[in-house]
Amino acid sequence: MSLITLGLKEAATKLKNKEISAVELTKATLDRIDERNGTINAYNVVCHDVAMKMAEESDKRIASGNAGLIEGVPIGMKDLFCTKGVSTTASSKILSNFVPPYESTVSGKLWNAGGVMMGKTNLDEFAMGSSNETSFTGKVLNPWDTTLTPGGSSGGSSAAVADFMCAGATGTDTGGSIRQPASFTGIVGIKPTYGRCSRYGIVAFASSLDQAGAMTRNVEDAALMLRAMSGHDPLDSTSASNPVEAWDETLNDFDPKGLKIGLPKEYFIEGLDPNIRKAVDDAVKRFTDAGAEVKEISLPHTKYAVPTYYIIAPAEAASNLSRYDGMRFGYRAEGENLAQTYSNSRSEGFGWEVKRRIMVGNYTLSSGYYDAYYIKAQKVRALIAQDFANAYKEVDVIFTPTAPSTAFKLGDKISDPIQMYLNDVFTVATSLAGLPGISVPAGLVEGLPVGLQIIGQAFGEEKLLQVAQAHEKMCGFQMRAPNATATAA
Amino acid sequence: MTSVYDQYEIVIGLEIHAQLTTKSKLFSGSSTEFGADPNTQTCPVDLGMPGVLPVLNTAAVDAAIKTGLALRAEVNKESVFARKNYFYPDLPKGYQISQFDKPIIGKGTLTIDLEDGTSRDIGVTRLHLEEDAGKSVHDFGADNVSHVDLNRAGIPLMEIVSEPDMRTPEEAGAYVRKMRAIVRFLGVCDGNMEQGSMRCDANVSVRKKGTTEFGTRTETKNLNSARNIQRAIAYEAMRQIDILEEGGEIVQETRLWDAQKNVTRSMRGKENAHDYRYFPCPDLLPVRFDDARIERNKQEMPELPDALKERFMNDYGLSAYDASVLSSSRATSDYYDAVVEGGKRDAKIAANWIMVELFGALNKQGKDIEESPVSPENMGKMLDLIADGTISGKIAKTVFEEMFDNGKDPEAVVEEKGLKQISDEGAIEKIIDDIIAANPKQVEQIKNGNDKLIGWFVGQTMQATKGKANPGIVNKLLNTKLRS
Repeated sequence: MSLITLGLKEAATKLKNKEISAVELTKATLDRIDERNGTINAYNVVCHDVAMKMAEESDKRIASGNAGLIEGVPIGMKDLFCTKGVSTTASSKILSNFVPPYESTVSGKLWNAGGVMMGKTNLDEFAMGSSNETSFTGKVLNPWDTTLTPGGSSGGSSAAVADFMCAGATGTDTGGSIRQPASFTGIVGIKPTYGRCSRYGIVAFASSLDQAGAMTRNVEDAALMLRAMSGHDPLDSTSASNPVEAWDETLNDFDPKGLKIGLPKEYFIEGLDPNIRKAVDDAVKRFTDAGAEVKEISLPHTKYAVPTYYIIAPAEAASNLSRYDGMRFGYRAEGENLAQTYSNSRSEGFGWEVKRRIMVGNYTLSSGYYDAYYIKAQKVRALIAQDFANAYKEVDVIFTPTAPSTAFKLGDKISDPIQMYLNDVFTVATSLAGLPGISVPAGLVEGLPVGLQIIGQAFGEEKLLQVAQAHEKMCGFQMRAPNATATAA
Repeated sequence: MTSVYDQYEIVIGLEIHAQLTTKSKLFSGSSTEFGADPNTQTCPVDLGMPGVLPVLNTAAVDAAIKTGLALRAEVNKESVFARKNYFYPDLPKGYQISQFDKPIIGKGTLTIDLEDGTSRDIGVTRLHLEEDAGKSVHDFGADNVSHVDLNRAGIPLMEIVSEPDMRTPEEAGAYVRKMRAIVRFLGVCDGNMEQGSMRCDANVSVRKKGTTEFGTRTETKNLNSARNIQRAIAYEAMRQIDILEEGGEIVQETRLWDAQKNVTRSMRGKENAHDYRYFPCPDLLPVRFDDARIERNKQEMPELPDALKERFMNDYGLSAYDASVLSSSRATSDYYDAVVEGGKRDAKIAANWIMVELFGALNKQGKDIEESPVSPENMGKMLDLIADGTISGKIAKTVFEEMFDNGKDPEAVVEEKGLKQISDEGAIEKIIDDIIAANPKQVEQIKNGNDKLIGWFVGQTMQATKGKANPGIVNKLLNTKLRS
């Protein structure tokens, strides 16, 4: 039996039944990381000692019958979550020396549930990017084909899960940063409803959009992991008080018969890669064969989603990133005076993409432009949310492609920000509306995985996961094997 | 001859920052206590560390609601916190969480009481909640470094902005004193201007009397007492008038008051004004509450200075001036109410004793009424001793001094010092008879029409009784004996 291919729920069950121990599972996973991380670069930090200690404690709790929800399971933690006593860099030079004295709520919940921290996964700097190429700690390679991007910003997490360097990893999604990398690496990635998971202790990018989520190799694992991460947090005023349900236990209490699936016409426009279109159509057909109804819907403000997102997100980011000034923590480059110290620290500490967004954000917030950009964008955002609200009067869930392409070549888009931003075209609207979205593998195109995005209603994670589960069963997608070599055409 | 200054009118608007008395900070659980070692009252939220989030202290919201109600202002059931972005080492996040276009309190009114007993209504534009920044300490000595203390970072402030409704430095002083009285009555701010728990900025412009257009204004910062506010405004108005009279123009700018040199100095001009890039703070939900919350705060509010003043005038017949002095602080009005005991004692006599003797003695020692060695109970008892004739008003001053110096009970003072008034007519008559017998020459002069000498006999009698003889009886007996 290969320990590293065990899914999260599968591993948790075997651990609880004492078929395997947390220590042996952790050791096997750390060995896998040691073998593979030099190539893939999925982890910024590997926590050998911390992981072994946590595993030993997991085994004790299992022995005493006090196992948590994911007791003993190897977890990769996106390096955007503050972890007490463990380096947290956001893959930025400016935080390269930062060790938080506090724990993020979501990571704390996962450890309390018994998760074992393998390390901190790589990401685009401050989660700004769609290819994991803006990272100060270097790009991450896609395990399906190491010439390709694993997606971003949660590219370290997607690669770590797809390459069996953990059973599940956390991601954060501001405009698609969980779903797009999941699509590019053939895994499941869920961004829950805004407010489901606490943002406390997650290095902020765009506060009104940032949301943590789970990245795993199957839907059941995503449901279980998300359950462990979710819940109201008094430390986050925007966290929701909706009760957390046992999503992993109700996955199969569902029949596609009568399900109303919406296909937004604005997402299936001419120019969409026909292979990707086909993957979605095939998924829809399997549902209609099982008795679901399909309906074309309209989300008329879709075309404004990307520009709206690229006004709101940089504005919030510009303000959120002001605290990195070299004064109290993080990278500092002394200057002759205060202004120069600020300037040197930030010029040297931030990468180009981060600087670009800080400049855009400060521009759109500045007096004289604020109404034309920021206020207007907020109005459009409300219209986009209204589009979805209208659609959900007619349908239960919405199906779209997750991304306009399969994983693209590293280096292909990094010098063209507009091309890079357009990668978010199918995911940003959901983020702007605060709705839950999940990307599930829907087959291979030329040997590369393609994701189906299913968009749910606010706090409708139960239905969303059930539909994803039904899709997974009917689709029969085969995950790559740990020893598979690059297979791109 | 009228001065050129008399041809101008001063237009004044004030911004007051009042630090709230909440136990913890506006957005974190850190203590707000004053005087702790630098950076000991901080947490990751106050330090602006990555990923941490603000959580609103609802006690601050209640404090703002109460103050809004006291200012007869609109209480906005929905308000929004916004980020004010700028860089400074004592501003850890690179932005201050404040309120911008949707403050918690809207338009209101503050009634100020002037020395001549008249009152004026001054408009309040708005009141909003915001967090304080930290404190920078610059050491330009050998090390040439600056230190930052973030204990103050995140302490809740109310910023209260007035309309440009004041016309004299005295009105501005009265506005600040009244605002201070109100926040202290409410218990929402300790009003300590020296420690910086209340700070004031003054917007000042001048215009020719009879014109209605506003002149260019300047904003003077760093005003830490009602007296400095008046002096700074007076200086600034004269400076502006001098410029205009010389044909110059006023520059819109921020100025700093130098209390040592009694001048205002330019700090930064309009061209250096910050663009704060305000936008709603996405980490906080809009502040929403219902009428029940407002009603609960209303119930919790004590009687306020204006109501007290009116009650003192209506129930006790005090003058407007006396009533406003006695209602200027909770401690004073409580003291006065305790002495008068709902009208059991003569309210005007009580007011006189408190405002003249007690305030005089307290002022001499630099004490507040809270520290008065004479308790209201003892003050009341002393007034009773005067009223029932046990002591005279004159002896009472001696008794009061003894009470003030040693904190004694007035009855004990009277007993110990034998100050009890002699009202036994027979005993006084005997003393008077002895004095008359010993001074035949003076008696003769009175008989010849020199009435003034009766006073001399009163003096002799009082001297003989060490001032204890009941003056009414003494006068009556002497008049009978010497004039008939």
